[in-house]
Amino acid sequence: MEFAELIKTPRVDGVVLRRPFLPTVEGTLCLTGHHLILSSRQDNTEELWLLHANIDAIEKRFVGSLGTIIVKCKDLRVIQLDIPGMEECLNIASSIEVLSTLDSVSLMYPLFYRPMFQVIEDGWKSFLPEDAFKDLESMTEEWRLSDVNKDYSVCSSYPPLVAVPKDVDDDTLRKAAAFRHGGRFPVLSYYHKKNGMVMMRSGQPLTGTNGRRCKEDEKLINATLRAGKRGYIIDTRTVSVAQQAKARGGGFESEANYPQWRRIHKAIERSSILQESLIKLVEACNDQSHSMDRWLSKLEASNWQTHVKEILTSACLAAQCIDREGASVLVHGTEGTDSTLQVTSLAQIILDPACRTIQGFQALVEREWLQAGHPFQQRCSQSAYSNSKPRCEAPVFLLFLDCVWQILRQFPCSFQFSQHFLVLLFEHTYASQFGTFMGNSASERSKLNLSQKTVSLWSWVNRPQEVERLSNPLYEANCLVIWPSVAPQSLLLWEGVFLRWKRSSRCLDEAYDEMVHIIQYNKELQNKVNNLRRQLAQLETEEPLLQTP
Amino acid sequence: MEHIRTPKVEQVRLLERFSNKSTSGTLHLTATHLIFVESNNAATTAAQEIWILHHHIASVEKLSLTTSGCPLVIQCRNFRVVHFVVQRERDCHDIYSSLLRLLRPVSYDELYAFSYNPKQNEQQREEGWQLIDLGAEFERMGVPCDRWQLTDVNRDYKICETYPRDLYVPITASKPIIVGSSKFRSKGRFPVLTYFYQEKKAAVCRCSQPLSGFSARCLEDESMLQAISKANHNSRFVYVMDTRPKLNAMANRAAGKGYENEDNYSNIRFQFVGIENIHVMRTSLQKLLEVVGSRFLSVNDYLLGLESCGWLRHVKAVVDAAIFLTKAVTVEGASVLVHCSDGWDRTAQVCSLGALLMDPYYRTIKGFMVLIEKDWISFGHKFADRCDQLDGDPKEVSPVFTQFLECVWQLTEQFPQAFEFSEWLLLQIHEHVHSCQYGNFLANNQRLREELQLGDRTHSLWAFLLREQQNYLNPAYCPTYADAHPVLEPSTLPCHFKFWRNMYHQFDRSMHPRQSVLKNVLTLKESNCQLEDTIKDLETVSTCIKSNQILFVSHTWLADVNASVAKCFNLANNSKTTVLYTQRHRQDTVDGSSTVYTYEMSM
Repeated sequence: MEFAELIKTPRVDGVVLRRPFLPTVEGTLCLTGHHLILSSRQDNTEELWLLHANIDAIEKRFVGSLGTIIVKCKDLRVIQLDIPGMEECLNIASSIEVLSTLDSVSLMYPLFYRPMFQVIEDGWKSFLPEDAFKDLESMTEEWRLSDVNKDYSVCSSYPPLVAVPKDVDDDTLRKAAAFRHGGRFPVLSYYHKKNGMVMMRSGQPLTGTNGRRCKEDEKLINATLRAGKRGYIIDTRTVSVAQQAKARGGGFESEANYPQWRRIHKAIERSSILQESLIKLVEACNDQSHSMDRWLSKLEASNWQTHVKEILTSACLAAQCIDREGASVLVHGTEGTDSTLQVTSLAQIILDPACRTIQGFQALVEREWLQAGHPFQQRCSQSAYSNSKPRCEAPVFLLFLDCVWQILRQFPCSFQFSQHFLVLLFEHTYASQFGTFMGNSASERSKLNLSQKTVSLWSWVNRPQEVERLSNPLYEANCLVIWPSVAPQSLLLWEGVFLRWKRSSRCLDEAYDEMVHIIQYNKELQNKVNNLRRQLAQLETEEPLLQTP
Repeated sequence: MEHIRTPKVEQVRLLERFSNKSTSGTLHLTATHLIFVESNNAATTAAQEIWILHHHIASVEKLSLTTSGCPLVIQCRNFRVVHFVVQRERDCHDIYSSLLRLLRPVSYDELYAFSYNPKQNEQQREEGWQLIDLGAEFERMGVPCDRWQLTDVNRDYKICETYPRDLYVPITASKPIIVGSSKFRSKGRFPVLTYFYQEKKAAVCRCSQPLSGFSARCLEDESMLQAISKANHNSRFVYVMDTRPKLNAMANRAAGKGYENEDNYSNIRFQFVGIENIHVMRTSLQKLLEVVGSRFLSVNDYLLGLESCGWLRHVKAVVDAAIFLTKAVTVEGASVLVHCSDGWDRTAQVCSLGALLMDPYYRTIKGFMVLIEKDWISFGHKFADRCDQLDGDPKEVSPVFTQFLECVWQLTEQFPQAFEFSEWLLLQIHEHVHSCQYGNFLANNQRLREELQLGDRTHSLWAFLLREQQNYLNPAYCPTYADAHPVLEPSTLPCHFKFWRNMYHQFDRSMHPRQSVLKNVLTLKESNCQLEDTIKDLETVSTCIKSNQILFVSHTWLADVNASVAKCFNLANNSKTTVLYTQRHRQDTVDGSSTVYTYEMSM
C-alpha cells in the first residue's frame, strides 16, 4: 500500500502521552495509514486513536535525545507526545505532517472505513428530496419538484431535484440560473405551514454595473407572492459590500425591477474574516495568562460573539418577516452557500418545531447544508491551529452550530437533542470516518459514489444507543415559534467546544448525569405508580364479595 | 403616610427597558411600596403587578417633559430599573417628591422591618432568631480546645464595639496582650479567630490594620501574633495577608496606620493580595451597570465595557485571595491572619470565601447562613452604611456584600454539585439585605443591633428562607461530593469568570432563557418525593387488601389516597371490617429539612 512509503517509523516504544486533566499514559506509538495510535498494552487503560485527518498542526521540540511532538487537533484539543530518540521523533513528525495533509480524496479514511456496528437504516437514503417533497405536497399544491438540474448542468452546487413554484417551467429556471451567481436560481427553502409563507434562497443576481435585469428571474420570485402581497429580500451583506459586488458582475435586486420586494441588508461577514475570528478566539481561549483584562480584550478582538449575534439577528429577522409580517422571504448573500444557509437554517430552527428533533435536525443539515451545496470539504480542511495559509477555510457551519447552541441554551426544553449532538457534528465536519461531509456538493458526492463506498454519519447516529446518548432528557415537544434573545448579555461563549479541553469537565459532566438521573427516576416512579394503581384495580375485580357503595 | 401626596395615579405607562414596548396601568403609592398594576385590557392573562419596596429604591429621576407625558425613572438596589411615563406633570411631581422623602429614612424606626408583620406568633418569631447559634458553630469547628479559648474581654463591647461579645483567642493570649493589641489596631479590632481548620489545627484569624505608621511598634500586638503562631504546631510561621494593594497600605502609614513590619514580628510571612477599596468597587459596579443598561448594546461595546469597568477583575481578585488563604491553611497547614484597613469589608470577603472553599458545611443552606452570620453580621460589616439603609454618606455605600455573593455564584458555576443551594438563594439574600424587611442586616454592628432590640421587634430572614428552602435547593447537589472534594480548588483562569446576568438583569425578563433547567429539574425532584410517598401509600393499601385487612377497594383509591381512606373508614364500619388504615400524619421537622410520615393502624 502506498501509505507504507510515507511511514518511516511505524512503531516506537516508551512514548508518553500527556493530555490536560487526564493521567499521562506510557505506551507504544503506532502509525497507520489513517491513525495515530498509542496503546499502553495494559488493561483498563484507554488507548488513543487519533485520525490523521483530525490533526491541524504539529510542533516539535527537543531536549537532548528526548523529542516532544505537540499535536493540535481540529477539534481544538492539544496533546503532547514525548518520544525517546531524535530520529524516531523526526520520522514520526514528518509522517504525521504528510499523512494529515493528504489532498487526494481517494485516500481519505471514510473510503477505507468498515463499520463495526450493524447498519439498521442506511443514512444515505434517510433524507431524500423526494420524501421531503411529499411532506410539502401534503400542505400545498403551489410547488413542484423540478429535475432541471438532473445532470448538474444548470447549477453545479445544487442537487438534481429542487422545489420551485408550480407555474414556473424549467426553461424559465434555466434563464434565471444564468442570472444568478453560480447558477443558483431561487429555490424553496422552507414552507411555513401556519400561514403559507415561504423562504427561498439563491445566489446574488448578476446585475453588474450597468444594472442588467432578467425577466425570468423576476417572474420566478414573483410567482411566490400572493396577490397584492409584498415580500422581503434579505441580503446578508451590507449595502456597501453589495454595491462593491457590482463591479465584479454581482449585485442586488433593484427596487425598480422588483417593486413588490423590500430589500434589507444585514452584515454577516465573509468566510475569510470568520476564519480569522476563529483563530483569534481559540488563541484567546488557550491563553494561560491570568489577567482578566487580557482575556476580555482578546475575546472582544476575536469578534466571534459579534458574528454569532449578527447571524442570529438575521435569522430572527427572516423568521419575523415570515411569521409576524406574513410575508415571503428570499435570502441571499454572494454565492448563497454560506451566510445564506446560516440564515435559512436558523430561521427554520426558530419557526419549525420539527427541526428541533434529532431526525428533523439531521434532515435540516442534509437539506439546507449538504444538498444546498455548502462546500464542507473546502471550509473544513483546516481548523484554528493550522499554520498554512488559509484558502477557503471558514467556520461557517461551526458558527451555525454555535447559534443553535445559543437557542438551545435559551430554550433548554424545546430541543430533542442535547449539545452533545452539536459537538458531534462539529467534530465530524472536520474529521470523520463517515462520508457524509466529504466533497463540496451533491454532484461531487455522487461522482465519488460516496453513498456506495462510505458509511453515512446518520447510519451511526440513528442507532438507538446513540440516539439515547444525544437526547435531551428535558425535551418536551414545543410547537411554538421560539424567539431567542440576541442581547450580548444573553449570548454565551460555547464552552462545550471552546473551553472543552481547557478545564476538567468532570464536575459539569457529573452534574449533568445527576440531572439525567433525576429525570429518569421520575419516569420510573410514574410507571411504578401507574402499575400499582392498575394492580389495585385488578384486586378489586378479583374480590367479588365486595361491593362499592 | 404624611409624605404621600397622591396615593394613586391612573393611566401611567411603563416602558420596557430593552424594547419599544410599553404597558399602561395604575400607580399606587403606599407607606411601604410603590405598586404598578397593569390595566387588564386583554382578559387573556393575569394583569402584571410590580411591587417596589421604598427601601429598594436607590434613585428617582424626573426627566424633562415629553409629548406623551412626564417620564420618571426609578433605579433599585436589586438592579431593577423602571421607566414610567405619567400623563400629568403635577402627578409626576407629587410621586417624585413623595418618593424622595420615602426612600431616605432618617431613623431606624422608619425601616420596614419594624412594621413588617407576617402571620406568625411570637413563639415562631423567637424561634426564628434562635436558629443560628455561633457558639455552637465554633464548637462544630472544634473550638474551644487546648489551644484556643473563648474570651470575655469584649462582653460589654468595651475593647471593641464593632466586634461581637464572644471572641476566640489563643490560650496563651492573656488579657493585657489582648488589650494592648487592640489599642494598636484600627478601631480596636485586634486579631481573633474566625475559622479553625481542625484537620491541621490551623487557624484563620482576622483583624484591622496596625497603627504602625512609619516606625511604631507594639509588643503586645507582636505577642498576640506570636501566640497565634504558637497555637499551630504544623507551621513555624503565620501568614499575614494584607488584602489591600501595597500602594494603599503604604499610603496609610502617613496617617499613622499601615501594615506589619516583618522585622518586628517574628515568624510571620507578610503578603499583599491587592483587592481594591470600597470606592473603587462602587465606581466599578456603577460603570458595569451603565454598560449593560444601555439599549442596543453591541457585543464589542459589551465586552469592552466589561473589561474597562473592571468588575470581573475585582471579583477574580477576591476569589484569588480566598484561594491563597485556602492553600496556606489546607496544604501548608499554616495559620493565616487576614486584614485590610478596618477589617470589615475585604477581610470579611476573603475570610468567608476561604471558609467556603475549605469547609463543605458552609456550602449547605444552613451552613451558608451561619457563615454570613459569623463573618459578616457578627464581625461588624457595616450593612447600614454599605447598603445605604438610612440617609447617610454616599461615600460609605459600596457593593462589598453583593460582590461576595457574586464570588459564591462564580464558584457554584464551577462546582455545580458542591452547593446545596442554587443561585436563587443568593438572589433572595441580596434582595433582603437591601429590603430592610428583616432585622438581620439592619445597623452596622451587633452592639447597635442589641440597642435596637431587633431580636424582639423584628423577624429573622433565616427562618423565612429555611421555611421555603425547597425553592432554593440545587437539584444537582450531591452531599457525598464533599467526601471526595472537601476542599474546593477553583480554576482562576479568567474565562471561568462570567457576567452574572441573573443578578444584574434579574428583572429584565427578555434577556433570560425562556425555559429554566433549574426550575424544571427542581420540580421533578420534588415530584419524585411525592411519587415515592404515593408508592408507599399504594403499597400499604395493596398489602392490606391482600391480607384481607381492608375489605374495600374502589377506583377512588387510585385517584386520591387520603379521600379514599376516609371513605374506607365509613364503609368499613358498615361492613364490620376488622382492620383500618385510618390516618397518615405528616410531620415537618422544625427547620423543614425532612418530612416524616407515620401511619396509625387500628384494629
